[in-house]
Amino acid sequence: MADRDAFQQFLLRMGDNTLVLGHRVSEWCGHAPVLEEDIALANTALDLIGQTQMWLGLAAEVQSEGKSADDLAFLRDVWDFRNVLLVEMPNGDFGQTIMRQFLFDAWHSIMLTRLRSSSDARVAAIAEKASKEVTYHLERSGDTVVGLGDGTEESHQRMQAALEYLWPYVGEMFASDAVDAAMASEGIAPDPASMRADYDDLIGRILSAATLTLPDARFARKGGRDGRMHTEHLGHLLTQMQWLPRAYPGASW
Amino acid sequence: MKTEWPLWEVFIRGQHGLSHRHVGSLHAPDAEMAIKNARDVYTRRNEGVSIWVVEANNIAASSPSDKGPLYEPSESKIYRHPTFFDIPDDVGAM
Repeated sequence: MADRDAFQQFLLRMGDNTLVLGHRVSEWCGHAPVLEEDIALANTALDLIGQTQMWLGLAAEVQSEGKSADDLAFLRDVWDFRNVLLVEMPNGDFGQTIMRQFLFDAWHSIMLTRLRSSSDARVAAIAEKASKEVTYHLERSGDTVVGLGDGTEESHQRMQAALEYLWPYVGEMFASDAVDAAMASEGIAPDPASMRADYDDLIGRILSAATLTLPDARFARKGGRDGRMHTEHLGHLLTQMQWLPRAYPGASW
Repeated sequence: MKTEWPLWEVFIRGQHGLSHRHVGSLHAPDAEMAIKNARDVYTRRNEGVSIWVVEANNIAASSPSDKGPLYEPSESKIYRHPTFFDIPDDVGAM
């Protein structure tokens, strides 16, 4: 694989993660259990969409086919998306949304910290800006996981159920393939597998404060970041997200 | 059992050198979350450099029915207003 293709795949992975999760989180707008959480979730969604503009903007630039970040976000189909399966999982109840956010934020914060010293200055600059936002996302989702996990009997049971439901999707974030090998050898991005120990430390600390039990199973569902097979949920999400620019090409406000 | 989160009053310092101002209130389970919620609800447009939160029931307030004895006596004491001095522009916000 030519290095430019690998670089573009890497950028799509970063941008599609933030795009799909940003859209998922935005689905809570107007529906969160309390006003304060509603606004906080909307802020998180907007941060993620902002990061998407930077990652997909750079992906389009590297691709140099005259496309924009919007073209990549709105005119690709399911099989072209490179996000991990975790971020396309449905919101479920508030606890499941927060658990998904926490499991992703923990990976995201470690990834961005490593990317700040990327050999590619553009990647390092995006990571620098995004990592401030993500540090806050992690603080917030981590605190909420502890609050709900170590809360009432019902909140504890819901958080444990969310953890067990989402746990099979964690492993994919640490999978490595030829794209990762190319990025690592050029010093552009870390090999995801090398982040697993830091990740396990971080989530272990928070989940134990939350009195939650990490499932034993290490089986990982995969197929998102290489586009081999997304879950059935992504197509439905894209129909919602893409219908307007597809029905009204070039629409603006 | 009370299931509502307590109410917190939020104070934000807009810039260095200014004092914290009351901007509103919100609900949160504890002080830490109250600061986070204040960050999300009241500083979205770059409004602040510092946040204070205080649980609303910890604020002692004067009673509106006392306003006669509390405030009216100062109305007739115009000599308490330092209107005789020119304040140099350099002083800035006082």
